[in-house]
Amino acid sequence: MPENDHSQSHSHEHENQYSDMQVRVKALETLLIEKKLIDPAAIEAIIDTYETKVGPRNGATVVAKAWNDTSYAAWLKRDATAAIASLGFGEQQGERMRAVFNTPDTHNLIVCTLCSCYPWAVLGLPPVWYKSAAYRSQAVLAPRQVLAEFGLALPEGKKIRVWDSTAELRYLVVPERPAGTEGMDEAELASLVTRDAMIGTAVVTRPGASA
Amino acid sequence: MNGPHDLGGQMGFGPVAPEKNEPVFHAGWEKRALGITLCCDALGAWTIDESRHSMEGIPPAAYLAASYYEKWIRGLHILLERHGFATRDELLSGHKQRDDLRSRNILKPEMVADMLASGPSQRAVDTPPLFSTGQRVRTRILHPTTHTRLPRYARGKTGMVDAIQGSYVFPDTNAHGKGENPQWLYTVVFDAVELWGSDSDPSSSVSIDAWESYLEQF
Repeated sequence: MPENDHSQSHSHEHENQYSDMQVRVKALETLLIEKKLIDPAAIEAIIDTYETKVGPRNGATVVAKAWNDTSYAAWLKRDATAAIASLGFGEQQGERMRAVFNTPDTHNLIVCTLCSCYPWAVLGLPPVWYKSAAYRSQAVLAPRQVLAEFGLALPEGKKIRVWDSTAELRYLVVPERPAGTEGMDEAELASLVTRDAMIGTAVVTRPGASA
Repeated sequence: MNGPHDLGGQMGFGPVAPEKNEPVFHAGWEKRALGITLCCDALGAWTIDESRHSMEGIPPAAYLAASYYEKWIRGLHILLERHGFATRDELLSGHKQRDDLRSRNILKPEMVADMLASGPSQRAVDTPPLFSTGQRVRTRILHPTTHTRLPRYARGKTGMVDAIQGSYVFPDTNAHGKGENPQWLYTVVFDAVELWGSDSDPSSSVSIDAWESYLEQF
C-alpha cells in the first residue's frame, strides 16, 4: 500500500508547493523553528562543515599516503575504516569504508543506483552528476560510455569493476599513481588527486602530462 | 518497492553532462535544505531506512523531475507529517498551529560533529555467515511493495561472493518499524554479461552489497 496516498488525491495543490523551493524551504525552516524542533545555529554548523571543512582534500590525503607508504596502503586495503580514521577523517564509529585500488588490469567506478550514497567523510558532498538519473542508470549498464563522457578512454582490454553502494559501505577509489611523480612529497601528491579520480570517472595525471 | 529510484539500467535520461567547477551548492535554499533535513533526522523519530523509503514513494514523474534537495524536502514533509511533528496545513502554510509538546533534545551546533560522525548500523548476529568468499550465489527474485535495497537489475542473477562485510541492520524491515533484524552483508559481483546479456561488455563487472536474505545457494 503506498504510504503517501494523500499526494494522489491532492496532487495539484501538493505539486504547486514545490514550484518555488526557496519559498518552500524558508516556510519549512520557519515552521520548525517556531515549533522548537530545530536550532538554526546547528544548521549553520552543518553548512559550514561541508563548505569549508570536509571535502575531497580528505580523500586526496588518504590516496597520497597510500602511494607514499606501502604499509599504509596495506592497512587501507585491509581496514579502510580504521586507516582513514587514523588520519582524522571518516569517523571514530566508522562510516564503513572500503578502498578499491585501480591497477593496470582493472579500473574501478563507484555509483549508488538506488539513491546517492557517497563517502561524505572523505569526499564531502556529492556532485550533481553523481546523483543524476543519467549517471545512476548508466554507470552499471554502460560504464565505458560514461567514462568517455568524462573524457576518459581506458585502454582496450582493461577491465571495469563497478561498485553499486546498495548498503552502508562507502567506497573510495585509489587511483594509480602516475609515472614521473617519484620525487614528490605527500602534499604534492595529494594536490594531483581529483575528486573524480576517487569516484572513478577520472585518472590522475602528473602535471604537464595529457590524460 | 519497484519505485522511480531504482534506476540501474534504465535508459533515456540523456548524457551525464558533468558541470565544470561545480559549486558545492547551487542555491541558498539547498544549504538550508541540507541543514534542516539533518537536524530533523537527529530528532531520532525515524531511521535512515525509513527516510530513504519516504523518497522512493514520491510519484515517479515528480521524482524524476525533482532535484536532489527537492527530493529530500519532499521526503521530509512525508516524515514530519507521519511522525506527528507537523500537520499538512502547517506544512502548506508555513505557520505553526499548535506546539509540539513532546520533550526533545534537538540538535545543537556543538553536537553536529558527533552527529555527522555517528556510524552506521552494524549489529552482532549469533549465527555464522551462510555463504563464503568465492562462493557462487544467486540473488532472489523478489518484488516487495515495501523498502528493499536489492535493485531490480540484480534480481535472479548469479554472481560470486567477493567479501563478507560484517552484519548490519536489515533495511527491508527497519524502514517500516518492523525491527532491525540484522543480517550478514555480502559484496556479490556479477559479470556484465550475466546482468545485461551476451551483447554487453565482457570486460565489465558490477557488484552490489547484499543482505543474506537476498541470496540463495546456487
